[in-house]
Amino acid sequence: MITVSELTKRYARNTAVDHISFAVKKGQIVGFLGPNGAGKTTTMRILTCFLPPSSGAVTVAGFDVLEKPLEVKRRIGYLPETPPLYLEMRTLEYLEFVGRIKGLRAPDLAQRVNYVVDRCNVAEVKEKVLGKLSKGYRQRVGLAQAIIHNPDVLILDEPTAGLDPKQINETRDLIRSLAGDHTIILSTHILPEVEQTCEQVIIINKGKLVATDSVNNLQNRASGAGSVLVEIASHDGPLERELVMQRLQQVPGVSRVVFKESRDNLAAFEVEGRSDRAMRAELARAIVACGWDLNELRGASVSLEEIFLQLTSSDDQNSAFPRSTEGEPDQRSADGEVS
Amino acid sequence: MRNAWIICRKELRGYFVSPIAYAVIALFALIFGFAFFSELRAFMNYLFRSQMMGGAQPINVNEPIRGMLSFAGTLSLFLVPLIAMRLVAEEKRSGTIELLFTSPISDTSIVVGKWLGAMFLYLAVLFMSALNVTLLFAWGKPDWKPVLVAYLGLILQGGCILAIGTLVSSCTRNQIVAGGAAFFISLGFYLLSWSTEFDSSTFSKVLNYLSLIPHMENFGRGVLSLKDVVFYLSFIFFALFLTLRQFESVRWRS
Repeated sequence: MITVSELTKRYARNTAVDHISFAVKKGQIVGFLGPNGAGKTTTMRILTCFLPPSSGAVTVAGFDVLEKPLEVKRRIGYLPETPPLYLEMRTLEYLEFVGRIKGLRAPDLAQRVNYVVDRCNVAEVKEKVLGKLSKGYRQRVGLAQAIIHNPDVLILDEPTAGLDPKQINETRDLIRSLAGDHTIILSTHILPEVEQTCEQVIIINKGKLVATDSVNNLQNRASGAGSVLVEIASHDGPLERELVMQRLQQVPGVSRVVFKESRDNLAAFEVEGRSDRAMRAELARAIVACGWDLNELRGASVSLEEIFLQLTSSDDQNSAFPRSTEGEPDQRSADGEVS
Repeated sequence: MRNAWIICRKELRGYFVSPIAYAVIALFALIFGFAFFSELRAFMNYLFRSQMMGGAQPINVNEPIRGMLSFAGTLSLFLVPLIAMRLVAEEKRSGTIELLFTSPISDTSIVVGKWLGAMFLYLAVLFMSALNVTLLFAWGKPDWKPVLVAYLGLILQGGCILAIGTLVSSCTRNQIVAGGAAFFISLGFYLLSWSTEFDSSTFSKVLNYLSLIPHMENFGRGVLSLKDVVFYLSFIFFALFLTLRQFESVRWRS
């Protein structure tokens, strides 16, 4: 549905997006991740034909963004970071206006307006002036605006930024429910959001593509070395840490044991090794054989957060500039002129 | 063109739900009303005096109308930038420009639609002066043709200032800056002919031609000449064309 190849966007003094390539299949929800100033907004603006790329090719539904921008725009619904609302308009009136400029005509228009009002739960405020709506409602009207012409592709720039937890959940549910009909790209720096809503993740940092994969694959890849968390308790008195570590080391398959914490007669260790079922069984057997209680034994799954931090910070150590001096100006110049 | 019409209607509605339309109309009605009053008083004064002198002259009610309409032209120089200043600057400030730029409508329909919307408000403003002038038709017998020509001139001149305003508004996101700059640029075009009054070189002829006043003078006298109409129309076209180019540059640079 969307293909991006070797996309580059240069501004006068910096490169906001640097040779990014990825593809999104029809019907997928893709999370677009990156720290502030990574180039997320710029990439999205290029996808929506708001900005032209400096080089590289971007096609949406088979249409090139430079050659057939009108065709692309017809197929894209876009919710920028701040919903583009005319604050003096009423909700219904605004949705009708957007529907018209997106090419809808009566009688479809009225029907689509009713549909999105229903779908995005804004019926309560449909006669209200947009300027008087709360942030949550503005966001929902923004979303309604993006889907009014039933676009193939939805591009959402930080759709949950600034909402309260309840609203965040509602918005996520809404986005998930839209997934069947639309291909969705959503940018965010809230990682649980991606874990919960997205199937596919694209991580960029300082304009460069760092990783693109499914959420599961990324987690597996990052926890490839494999480690297991064990919590052990003893019946009689405090546990002898050294002794336990020594014993665990002898279990076949274990390469390293790291002490995590202890309190009273409890102690937790992180055991690195092959981390397969056989090793876990051996571990359990060894612990019980020594007369200790095995309180907990679980694979230490790596959260997306850790992967993200790994991927985006490993780069920093190699570069001469810390992120704040190089990444930030990108964002500022990207947002400064127009938005 | 349909899209331009949608934008135009949106602009017009935007004017009338905010105080700006009412403020501009009221201001214009007030000041023009005063001009109407003092022009007529001066005219009556002149009539009485010439009657007392004995040399009764033919009464021409078009005389004061010309005066007040030429004043309306000057007045619009101050008021039209107020109408135009929010056109694009406001969209840039609030981010709604992203909605317009990512919708399947051409830049041309955005620019033309916005200009047309502002134009309709300007027509509403001029309508206030027409109310006053109609009174004169009720009590006197002015020739209506020169009045129409003068109005055509006013409309075209307002269109030029609006086009300048649209262009300036697309260069900034600050309405006040847009309004101020549009006013000074329009004033510059207005007064261009002053600098060339006693000069007849080719350069000053060109400057004189570019100035808004000499063209307006013809309309004011009731002279409808193609040359002036073409000047105004091409002026509007050129300013809107530059606005389009400015839109493009906004995209490439931002």
